[in-house]
Amino acid sequence: MYTGILHNCFHEQQKNLKKVCHLNIIILLCISKYFYMEQNQEPIQQLNAIRNMMERSSRFISLSGLSGVAAGIIALIGAGVAFFYLDFDQRYFDIDRYFMERSYLKFDHSWLFITLDALIVLGLALFSGIYFTTRKARKKGLKIWDSAARRMVINMFIPLSAGGIFCLILLYHHLVFLVAPATLLFYGLALVNASKYTFHEVRVLGISEILLGLMASWLVGYGLIFWTVGFGVLHIFYGMMMHYRYDAKHDE
Amino acid sequence: MTNNEQEGIVKEIIGKLNKQFESRVRLGIMSVLMVNESVDFVSLKDLLDITDGNLASHLSALEKNKLIEVRKQFVGRKPNTRYRITASGRNAFREHLDYLAEIIRLKR
Repeated sequence: MYTGILHNCFHEQQKNLKKVCHLNIIILLCISKYFYMEQNQEPIQQLNAIRNMMERSSRFISLSGLSGVAAGIIALIGAGVAFFYLDFDQRYFDIDRYFMERSYLKFDHSWLFITLDALIVLGLALFSGIYFTTRKARKKGLKIWDSAARRMVINMFIPLSAGGIFCLILLYHHLVFLVAPATLLFYGLALVNASKYTFHEVRVLGISEILLGLMASWLVGYGLIFWTVGFGVLHIFYGMMMHYRYDAKHDE
Repeated sequence: MTNNEQEGIVKEIIGKLNKQFESRVRLGIMSVLMVNESVDFVSLKDLLDITDGNLASHLSALEKNKLIEVRKQFVGRKPNTRYRITASGRNAFREHLDYLAEIIRLKR
């Protein structure tokens, strides 16, 4: 009899336990469903979310690699036009002759043509950059003009506008042979500065432009060639690199 | 280490995880403030893609726990509320990251 009671008791207890268990499971399911919607429980998911937020808030990730490629191609075309327009004497700035006869620099129609050519290249490159970047942002459903974009542009334009003014001053002093190196140098500095707010490749591109600018200021007279490499070849190279690293992968 | 032991440790660490950071929104706010000096309300709203009310309630909860601080100012006539992470908020978030890393390491 005693064992019978014990058995009954045990049976009852088990029944209760089962009920409790059942209730527990339901509660657990509810909780996990709630967590699943509101919270990322998995540590890896959480870390991914954190990383994503940090990147999106501090870096301008809509910058498209294709805009670099387009800018590079436009620069190459512009350089080609300049190369075929100028005669041999004008293609390479002869520094020895410059110091022998200070009258070497004449603001004639060929200077006007080159300035116009450069401005058109700059305008088209900017336009294509904005176009491809807007397209990428729209594709990813991101806002284009966010605080990271603003910071990138501001930080880029501080060295860039200083460089622009400096180049105008160089022209004023008739130091034409330093204009090409100065543009490359200041553009490189601008990129390094802006790279804190966008992809890492921009920093490497900036450093390459700085090195090229230093080389150009040493090997004076080959401004057009250094420009072609700096604004054409390097843009295409780093643009393609960024495109394959960030854009092409997401398109698939 | 047996499986049971390991699970026990993982559970213990999960217990230590800051409950403040369990919500997706709060984790997002803290992540943004970790890498930005200060961020205004509208930027946060755009980044997290949530409603004003939802964001405001999470922000005030974080502020109450002294994880973030608020600075209200005027830009022209428009009120501009900027948020900044506090030193204790930074520490708490770092600790949270360490725990997450620990869990991932143990589960491998």
